Amino acid sequence: MKQPEEIFEYLKQKFGEDSIGFEAPEVGQPWIEVDASAVKDVMKFLRDDKELRFDVLMCLSGVHYPDEEAVGVTYHINSTQLKHSLALKAKAPIDNPFIQSVESVWKTANWHEREAWDMVGIKFKEHPNHKRILCAEDWEGHPLRKDYVQQEFYNGMPTGDN
Amino acid sequence: MGILDKKYHDSNIIIVNLESALNWARKNSLWYEQFGLACCAIEMMATAASRYDFDRFGIIPRSSPRQADVMIVAGTVTMKMASRIERLYEQMSEPRYVISMGSCSNCGGPYWEHGYHVLKGVDKVIPVDIYVPGCPPRPEALLEGFIKLQEKITGETIIEKEEGSSSELEEVSQAKTA
Repeated sequence: MKQPEEIFEYLKQKFGEDSIGFEAPEVGQPWIEVDASAVKDVMKFLRDDKELRFDVLMCLSGVHYPDEEAVGVTYHINSTQLKHSLALKAKAPIDNPFIQSVESVWKTANWHEREAWDMVGIKFKEHPNHKRILCAEDWEGHPLRKDYVQQEFYNGMPTGDN
Repeated sequence: MGILDKKYHDSNIIIVNLESALNWARKNSLWYEQFGLACCAIEMMATAASRYDFDRFGIIPRSSPRQADVMIVAGTVTMKMASRIERLYEQMSEPRYVISMGSCSNCGGPYWEHGYHVLKGVDKVIPVDIYVPGCPPRPEALLEGFIKLQEKITGETIIEKEEGSSSELEEVSQAKTA
């Protein structure tokens, strides 16, 4: 069992400080910030390394950061064998919202990443089935963005109270 | 109508108004389309099960819209589902009825303003005969909705109206007051 600080130190030896960072807020869980282009390598290492063995992706959530003009993904992972868990974050600018897919690492990510695309508009590189999961395929916009404007009509049906 | 509880000894001929015979037959064999959209469907299932027992009104579920007389829109109508509901309604043969069950399908319910994905009332895509309020309505409420629908069917007429007289809904209300 390892604490997040220890895991970060361990990862730093492997990946260096360029692609990962560590943040510990006063309140809440600390997390490891991962560069969007290094996500897949880092996650694969977290899953396969003998001292980490993160075998479960508990949750993958899309986030919109309007102040930073960025979108991001938060990963919560857990090791059922070594009984430790970890939070990681990756960010990408809103006009170029590409983050590597972790579908090849944990299959759970498949639907979660589709949801993050549907709701927040994050694009996942190398995702095998990159389409909307909840909204209709021809829906306009991504509803959980803070600046989302709802379309007035969908297929001729009003979406509002009018 | 009270004809069936009488006993006939000499003759088996019953003289009855054709319209009321037809309406009597139709209102006592309301087959509903078996399809639920959200938690209201659970109440609909409870209404169909033994405690409340839809069957005693001749109301039985059908799995095909082509065999159904009435559609119970039981639950939240999302924008994605709305076009499917429209298509299912078009597949039903006439005369056909729609019961909108619960707040969501009546007016959007808890998703009334900020639910970008919910249609604010199924009556925006298909005509609704009976609105059953509740979130979700209890089985008694749904049963009462059906009884209201039976009343509506009792008042229907097969007599052709003069051209341009009125819409279907007005016809029913006229027939009721007449």
